Amino acid sequence: MTPDLFIQFAALIVFAAAILLGLLRFLRGPATPDRLVAADILTVIATAILVVLAPLLESALYLDVALIYSVLAFVGIVALARIIETGKKT
Amino acid sequence: MKPRSQGKHLSKKKHGRLPQSGEGESELEGDSEHPAPDSLQSSRDQLPATATGLTLLLIAAALWLLLTGTLDTQELVVGALVTVVVGALAYARSGIFGGVRWSFVLPGALLVYLWVFSVALVRSNIDVARRVLSPDLPIRPGVVKVRTGLTSPLGRLLLANSITLTPGTLTVDVEDDLLTIHWIDCPPDIDMEAATAAIAGEFEGHLRRFVR
Amino acid sequence: MSVIGSLLILLGALFCLLGALGLWRMPDVYNRIQTGTKAVTLGVLATLLGVALLRPDWWPKLAAIGVLLLLTNPVGSSVIARALFRAGVRPWQTHDKGEH
Repeated sequence: MTPDLFIQFAALIVFAAAILLGLLRFLRGPATPDRLVAADILTVIATAILVVLAPLLESALYLDVALIYSVLAFVGIVALARIIETGKKT
Repeated sequence: MKPRSQGKHLSKKKHGRLPQSGEGESELEGDSEHPAPDSLQSSRDQLPATATGLTLLLIAAALWLLLTGTLDTQELVVGALVTVVVGALAYARSGIFGGVRWSFVLPGALLVYLWVFSVALVRSNIDVARRVLSPDLPIRPGVVKVRTGLTSPLGRLLLANSITLTPGTLTVDVEDDLLTIHWIDCPPDIDMEAATAAIAGEFEGHLRRFVR
Repeated sequence: MSVIGSLLILLGALFCLLGALGLWRMPDVYNRIQTGTKAVTLGVLATLLGVALLRPDWWPKLAAIGVLLLLTNPVGSSVIARALFRAGVRPWQTHDKGEH
């Protein structure tokens, strides 16, 4: 294994740890907003992982996936935030 | 302000391409091959709308170039078509780009802003690392209000984004010229002027040079 | 060159971990947004830069992803924070300041 690959796999493990910590917050809550923030952070970390997978799997397609994924995640987060904003007023 | 020749050129480019634009409709009468004097006049009155259209086309073209990543002739031809179609479809909703202040200093000001912003982003992360990793969580959060002199939605968006990504501050709300800021290390008894100078001052000076 | 790229990816991963750690450790939701957004944004940017060093021919698309994240990420967290603020969630404070 070249040092390059070794460092990249180490980075993937660190990413996995970050995802786990985020998931822990997502599951623990305690309230909906905390879960929403955790989901937001998780989507961005997932985008980063997709970008790292592209050179490892030798396919630029992962970059397109990451791009579209981040855009859709953003739209989803904004929509959910809107629900929180209007839902508690009534 | 903007040189007139550039404005005329822009309005020519727009002729017939943005029929659903609304503001641009009166210009459609003037054929680009026979620029009547009055059409020139009207295009000068509508410079903000024209500049908005141009900004939109520029951004669409830049995005196309980045996504395809080639300068192949075929790609460029298709890209020009797609850019124009996307521009036409999005024009009615692109009012936010009216905030760009077109001038010759724009590229330089943008680069300076990006540099200042990058330095602030790295600094804010060192700050975050220090706070998160120290065992006793050294934070004293508070909420302050900050007044901005930027008037356009685009300027306020960029300012709010910059504030969010710089050390210890998070934009919570923007109402007219008042920004609500969550400050992770809020000094006790700070007034709005001091908070404005501390949080928004630096970025606003840089932003003001290329957005309203 | 490629070793620097790999190290940048690792650095980005560490910043993402830092963001997740902040998400876990901070006492209230506003502070979680603060630490989370900042660290993760820089983490992704470092990762993108690292991949761009590994595969220089991919830089246009990586730049597109970077610009998009830089624009959408802070907006996303501001939108969440605003929703909370308008829904009446007050930040955890050590002392009171401001009109609210």
